[in-house]
Amino acid sequence: MDEGYVNVEKYKKMVRDISPKSKIYKDCIFAFVVGGTISLIGEIIEYVLLTLGADITVVGSYTTIILIFLGVLFTGIGLYKKLGKYAGAGSIVPITGFANAVASSAMEFKKEGIIVGIGSKMFILAGPVIVYGIISSIIVGGIYYLVVGIL
Amino acid sequence: MKHVGKQSIIFENKIYIVATSSIVGNKEGDGPISKYFDVILKDMSLGENSWEKAESKLVEESFKLAIKKAGMKNEDIDYVIAGDLLNQSIGTTYGVKSLGRPFLGVYGACSTFGESLSLGSIILDGGGGENILVGASSHFCTAERQFRTPLELGNQRPLTASWTVTGDGSAVISSNNKYENKGLPKIKKITTGKIVDMGINDPNNMGAAMAPAAADTILTHFSDFELNVNYYDLVITGDLGHVGRQLTNNILLENGLDISDIYTDCGIEIFDKKTQDTHCGGSGCACSAVTFTGMIYKKMCKGEILKVLFIPTGALLSSTSIQQGQSIPSIAHAVAIEM
Repeated sequence: MDEGYVNVEKYKKMVRDISPKSKIYKDCIFAFVVGGTISLIGEIIEYVLLTLGADITVVGSYTTIILIFLGVLFTGIGLYKKLGKYAGAGSIVPITGFANAVASSAMEFKKEGIIVGIGSKMFILAGPVIVYGIISSIIVGGIYYLVVGIL
Repeated sequence: MKHVGKQSIIFENKIYIVATSSIVGNKEGDGPISKYFDVILKDMSLGENSWEKAESKLVEESFKLAIKKAGMKNEDIDYVIAGDLLNQSIGTTYGVKSLGRPFLGVYGACSTFGESLSLGSIILDGGGGENILVGASSHFCTAERQFRTPLELGNQRPLTASWTVTGDGSAVISSNNKYENKGLPKIKKITTGKIVDMGINDPNNMGAAMAPAAADTILTHFSDFELNVNYYDLVITGDLGHVGRQLTNNILLENGLDISDIYTDCGIEIFDKKTQDTHCGGSGCACSAVTFTGMIYKKMCKGEILKVLFIPTGALLSSTSIQQGQSIPSIAHAVAIEM
């Protein structure tokens, strides 16, 4: 742009002033309520499983698997994105959000086939979470081992 | 033709816009300017099994419609100049192949329709052909998967984001003198934009990235032709949306050009901000293409508007450039259309 039309720093300030900001309080409340509700559903599933006589050592895994299934199911029938539009982090952070990220990618790239489509693109969004989840768990595990070993 | 000022051309021959076609998706069909569109799709897939094939079908249908409305046959078209947003412009190439006409594919992101109109006019004024088909397309579902996230991902779109228009706008332009006195709009002047990059790197605020390019081209156009501020009835940018329009207008005002009353943006016109949840407005190649070939062209033919400065705007980013932390280079091409 020709010198004189607008100065870069001045323009960046103009952009900050004019661009609408997210409604942070409303978004936080929605995220809290939806995220809390998903967690509450998890608690209910766990309680029901325990009542039905599930072993306490595996009930957490059963609950996780059921929540993942529900996340995938609601993604498949097109409801999870509608929830996500209002809930934001409230529906992204729980494990159902992870399931949504994997299932939506699998659906999106189905047309490119089961190898280069679904196979390679399924973890396009969830991949980094897995990679850095494993790396950080190794680091934390190492620290735990050392701390426990010293004590 | 004659080169004028820094970046402009004035045409010596009359370049008529003989006919246009505008095909849009159902969301655009629910918008405020829906009555101007030729075809409103009920099925976004057009019966195809992938979104990319759907976009190509859209392009093909629109091209055929424009040629038919111009009263021509495929053989009458000397060149097809068109493009879209997809990698290697597959939306256009697969759509144009059945026409069997000489084809020049162009890429100017969402400014593609302005680029096509400009290049077509230059060829016609230079005597390189008589009838040229120009067009540009975009599809919400192909653009989302290429530039953003899977359709079913549950995330929130920022308030500065825009909504990619599904559609194709095409026009048959001609230098044949038989169209004289037929009441057709004519392409008189163009100002080709240069790339402007003000360091904006947020792909969810493309109006802000493109506004300086639009302002640059508008100011250059007015200065190259030494135009009076009242010269045009309508000045309309491509897909800056609400934020970008305001930023552009601010830059124009700071540089002493007050066209606030006659200046709007296709992205603002095509959707209803309050009811359609499109945030900043429409975007994509089709945003300016269908707003022009639908609303503006028809209003001009009816004599409701006589002089229009049409400035499709493009954000020349790619997913790779954004991931590598680069800012968004932008461009805007002005085309002056008069009765």
